Parts: sequence; structure tokens; C-alpha cells
Amino acid sequence: MSTQTQETTVQAQIVVDAPLERAFSVFTEDFGSFKPPEHNLLEVEIAETVFEPRAGGHLYDRGVDGSECRWARVLAYEPPHRVLLTWDISPQWQLETDLEKTSEWEVRFIAEAPQRTRVEIEHRNLARHGAGWEAVRDGVAAPDGWPLYLQRFAQVVKD
Amino acid sequence: MTAYATNGWTALGDPTRRAIFERLVEHPQAVTELARELPVSRPAVSQHLKVLKNAGLVVDRQAGRHRIYQVNPDGLGALRAELDLFWSKTLAAYKTIVEQRPEEVK
Repeated sequence: MSTQTQETTVQAQIVVDAPLERAFSVFTEDFGSFKPPEHNLLEVEIAETVFEPRAGGHLYDRGVDGSECRWARVLAYEPPHRVLLTWDISPQWQLETDLEKTSEWEVRFIAEAPQRTRVEIEHRNLARHGAGWEAVRDGVAAPDGWPLYLQRFAQVVKD
Repeated sequence: MTAYATNGWTALGDPTRRAIFERLVEHPQAVTELARELPVSRPAVSQHLKVLKNAGLVVDRQAGRHRIYQVNPDGLGALRAELDLFWSKTLAAYKTIVEQRPEEVK
């Protein structure tokens, strides 16, 4: 792996005591049950998180007032082995409307035993968010203090 | 200084460095302030800050007699650290859910 790749990629993995099919179905169908609750770009509480099980679909949050936040597009849906989605959230934790400035995350499910599955996540092409960083820098320089993403981060690490 | 310490991801693998970074996310501060809040010596804090700085996660500036450290807003390091944390938390919570017995879930 090149240095540049390392700088623009985040990897995470975990091994779970569950068969491959279940690992895949829980990850996709129940995504809303385990994603961090502070991960919410809506103005209201999230009523449900929907993972549309097809390429071309979305992963989105629906608020209690019916509002929606479509923060990821499903690029590949290959049960029970792999999904590939986009990350349409800017470094300022706002919905990114310029699709050129979005990164992508791949989730791979690998059976290690009949009852054990390894789940690997690779979140890559982070540099595509690049232009957002100028805005972040300007935000930091602004008199009203830290940009939203740092506040969000502080919330995350406090939990 | 080890070679891999320049990688932001690895730099945050150390719990003390992570604690220092998290405090800097909240607000920029000097070594003395950090050392007061953490159970490590001032030289140790300085050493950890050097690693974080080499990894591009924090930057420093001179303010009077103090050197103030803050999260680097101009690199990908902070975004990576944030996403790293997001996925770690997500996977940990996922493990709990997926390992419940099937009859306990819907």
C-alpha cells in the first residue's frame, strides 16, 4: 500500500460470532440499530435508518417529522459478501451535494468459520473531500470559533 | 522517533496520545494545561505532542511565553481520525447486535 493510499484511507475490521449470511443481513437491514446515534444530520430525531438493498439505492435517515437525509448512495450490493457505498458528508458534517467531493466505503464479509465472520471496512478516497478543507480552515480562522465538524468530533469522543 | 509514528492512524493508537488529541479537539491549549489534566508528566506530554505533530494531526504556534497546540485543520489527519473513530464505534456496536441470539432479534 502506498503512502498516499494510507493517507486517504481509513480501515477497520472486526470478527463476529455469527454466520456469514446473518452478518451481512444484520449489517445492512439493521444499520440504524448500531450506527452512533450522534451521526444525525437531520434537525430532528431519527425515526428509522433505511438501507435500500440494491445498487442505485440509498442509505438514508428518516426523521420523526418525515424529513430525510440521504447521506450515502449504494454503488454495489452483493449479498452476502460485499457492499460499496458513497459518503456524501462533507468534513463540516453537512450533506455534500457536489458528488465529485464524496468518498466511498466498502464493506467485505469473509467467513472464517461456519459461525464466525470477519467484517472489513475500507473508507477510501478521502482526498476527494479536499476542497472542503479550505472551508474548514477558513472556519477555524473565523472569530466564531471551531467549525461544526470539530464540535461533532468532540461529541463523539465524549461518549 | 519511530518511523510509523508519523502515520496519523498509528499515532492515535496510543491511549495517552488519543486523550491529548481529544482535549485539543475541544480547544487549543498549551503543554502545561494538558499536563495538569492528564496523569502524565509535562515532558511526556511534550513527547506525545511531537508525535502528533509529525503525524500532521496537530499544529502549534507561539503565543507569548506559551506554545499553543491545536488540531490541524488543514490536513486529512483529523478527518481520518474522526472516521476511524466512527467506524470503530459502529463495528463495536454492530458486534453486540449481530451476536445476539437470532430469537432475541426481530
